[in-house]
Amino acid sequence: MIDEQTLQRTLGAALATGGEWAEVFVEDRRHTGAVLDDGRIEDMSSGRDRGAGIRVVRGETTGFAHTSDLSEQGLRLAAEAAAAAASRGDGGTRAVDLTRQAARPHGVRTLPEEVAKAAKVELLGRADEAARAAGGEITQVMARYGDTRRRILVANTDGLLAEDDQVRTLFSVSCVADGDTGLQTGRESIGRTVGFELFDAYDVEDLARRAARRALTKLGAVPAPSGSMPVVIGKGGGGVLFHEACGHGLEADLVAKDASVFAGRRGELVASPLVTLVDDGTMSEEWGAIAIDDEGRPAQRNVLIEHGVLTDYMWDHLRSRKEGRASSGNGRRQSYQHLPMVRMTNTYIGNGTDAPDDIVAATDRGVFVAQLGGGQVNTATGDFVFGMTEAYLIEDGRITAPIRDGNLIGNGPEVLRDIDMLGDDFEMGGPGTCGKDGQGVPVGDGTPTLRVARLTVGGTAA
Amino acid sequence: MSDPDDSLLRLARGLVERADAGEQLEVTIGESRRTTVRVHGGEVESFTSATSHGAGIRVIRDGREGFAHAGSLDPEVLDDTLAEARDNAAFATPDEHVGLVEPDGVVAIEVDHWRDESLAMAEPDKIARAVDLERRVRAGDPRVRSVRTAIWSDGASRVALASTAGLALATRGTSCSLSVSAIAGEGDDTATGAGVDAARAPGDLDDDAVVADAVHRATELLGGRPVASQRLTLVVEPRLAAMLLGIVAGTLTGDAVLKGRSPFADRRGDAIASPVLRLVDDPTDLRSLGADSHDGEGLATRRNVLVDDGVLRGFLYDGTTGRRAGTASTASAVRGSRSLPSPGVQVLVVEPGARSADELLADVELGFAVRSFNGLHSGVNPVSGDFSVGAEGRMIRGGALAEPVREVTVAGSLQRMLLDLREVGADIEWLPSGAGMASLVIDDVSLGGR
Repeated sequence: MIDEQTLQRTLGAALATGGEWAEVFVEDRRHTGAVLDDGRIEDMSSGRDRGAGIRVVRGETTGFAHTSDLSEQGLRLAAEAAAAAASRGDGGTRAVDLTRQAARPHGVRTLPEEVAKAAKVELLGRADEAARAAGGEITQVMARYGDTRRRILVANTDGLLAEDDQVRTLFSVSCVADGDTGLQTGRESIGRTVGFELFDAYDVEDLARRAARRALTKLGAVPAPSGSMPVVIGKGGGGVLFHEACGHGLEADLVAKDASVFAGRRGELVASPLVTLVDDGTMSEEWGAIAIDDEGRPAQRNVLIEHGVLTDYMWDHLRSRKEGRASSGNGRRQSYQHLPMVRMTNTYIGNGTDAPDDIVAATDRGVFVAQLGGGQVNTATGDFVFGMTEAYLIEDGRITAPIRDGNLIGNGPEVLRDIDMLGDDFEMGGPGTCGKDGQGVPVGDGTPTLRVARLTVGGTAA
Repeated sequence: MSDPDDSLLRLARGLVERADAGEQLEVTIGESRRTTVRVHGGEVESFTSATSHGAGIRVIRDGREGFAHAGSLDPEVLDDTLAEARDNAAFATPDEHVGLVEPDGVVAIEVDHWRDESLAMAEPDKIARAVDLERRVRAGDPRVRSVRTAIWSDGASRVALASTAGLALATRGTSCSLSVSAIAGEGDDTATGAGVDAARAPGDLDDDAVVADAVHRATELLGGRPVASQRLTLVVEPRLAAMLLGIVAGTLTGDAVLKGRSPFADRRGDAIASPVLRLVDDPTDLRSLGADSHDGEGLATRRNVLVDDGVLRGFLYDGTTGRRAGTASTASAVRGSRSLPSPGVQVLVVEPGARSADELLADVELGFAVRSFNGLHSGVNPVSGDFSVGAEGRMIRGGALAEPVREVTVAGSLQRMLLDLREVGADIEWLPSGAGMASLVIDDVSLGGR
């Protein structure tokens, strides 16, 4: 993307005012998107973003500047701006030797740009037809196709030089059904860190039928109960629970700022002994998979909680440098215009030994959640909330009536302690976008079927 | 306000001039400069300064619309972007309603969002402002344990739009903001609170209010516990009223209505809310930070009545959805350079009532004064109208604020909530988001707790 001599000179300019460490992050991102809505292809779009972000660290301060001008002059101006932002003193110069890391051949079989747009659009039509054929009550279908190719290069004054080529493909279907209870919605999505071969493995018509079924099922939904009760979360449907309830609180930058309930608790029992929580950027093809993070560090599998004991946090360059340890490969950023920070990749809770059917049978009265929606957490207090987009009542150990959309709320440390049954049917869930400080990055999550002994369900039924 | 530097407009016009016969073309070009200072522990944690550019090109040919955007004004990139937009249009479904808007004779308001003093501010002053903010919040109450981050941000942006329909305009504006998030503790208990303000110029920011807000919000709910599930009266402060009514207004946009994704799609002329509700979308209201002379497609903005005396009066349309509905654009197109325009809410304003927030409170025998909603993005279904969100706040007992409450949910439907609206307060606030909002009192709401 940029030759080594230019990178070396740019890094040199970045240190000219006495910075201790500098980094150049180059990104070239293309995306294509198409939306079918109300029976029409109506948002066929594409985009191109290309530029560099330059960081200079001096003492406690990071200076940051970015530019869309990738000429040597554009890079030098950005480097000088970042250097000026980091300090106002005079420094020396330092020569940097860059060592290019072996590029990992990426496993993408069909790059998005090698596929005719007509083939992408055709998928949308098939999904629309399949969803509408699922039932006469389906009144509206929206299908989305999206692909991105993001090439990145990272070079820093430690001599690191690393590149990656990240390809992601996404497809989602949202349906509206109209019935006696008014309008109800159902949504399904697939997203993988692969190219167009995604559709060899997944059938968009099947996906559309599942989204339609979800909306149709909810036409007969009863109001959700309200109050504290056992909640069973189905396989693959509840990874967002752990992403919110404890993932964010295990990000080292928040821990350092005293903004996490898990600060200072390494080595302590913070969860039910059933729980082993892992963040793993190396899970091939998953939505949160990366070869290197956005600081050039190879992705890792990091065990955060092992049999209930908090073993480690997640780290980026800045935080790990302060602690005199290695980054865990969790430094990510939305684009070259953003500073990296500690972010999750694929966060999951591993298998237990309970049979999923036994978990429901052992629950006298409660809620079974097949699919959770989005959520959010206050890391300082651990209080979290997330939406249920497909859920049912559990009565006398059996799954019964579907319930209307509602939220679950709870507290991270409490919910971790309250997991009292864990299934053996682990599955990854759908693709997610995690937001933190205004930056969105792709993440994955997964769980087996599990039960939380007590969560507050926010319904309207008395 | 028109931009005296018309280089972006020249660029946009130059691209529009390349339209082929039978082709409609619309180009938006944007440029923004931004400085952000984050402070933590009295030190500058990060100082970001950069300029970014964006271009969005919309092509319509034979009723087929295509779009492409680029984060660069490089001539080669713009050539590619134009070619991509044309190529994309070939795949869209033909639709007679798709097209650019024509100027409709409405005269645009004069609004000047540019303040030279915003650009003249020295970097050390920006740093001092954020450092000071953090220090004052920390000193504001002994229970404030730390400040997660204190942020100064300022910027200047220019946008130009040109189209083959004969529209050509260039606008510019400056902005700055202060925000801080505090963490308070008492015993084992922790709570957080934030303060934020935004303005066009540094001198218009109210630092004192930002500090007071963060300290008060972080400490007020310490010791909060869930209460038992019950039905009660909800008192919603202006900031949160903006969120709730913003979701309601979002269901009144042309897209949602025409595509059967709104609970109010066929309710025009019906009483959808209690008679105390008057709601308008009015980007011409100069009291709002979000006031604007033109919408995202270049039409002069106007005041659109959504709800009057509880009766649904109208919807918000852009060019395409207006034509599809058999009417015209209400100049409600919102967009960035990265996306096609779509109809949206610009400046939501509620008609204030007669009584102060204190007077409203004094009338509530049993209620909940909500201080924050959690999970609004996941907990409200704008299609069905069902909502269920996490909440924190204070109980109201016998007309006075009582114990702090955390980890509860507020649930119901947007439809019911509007009908159960008892009163709107006189305490209109012009929020950083641009909305003009007052307190709401809503009866018979489900609070879910223990």
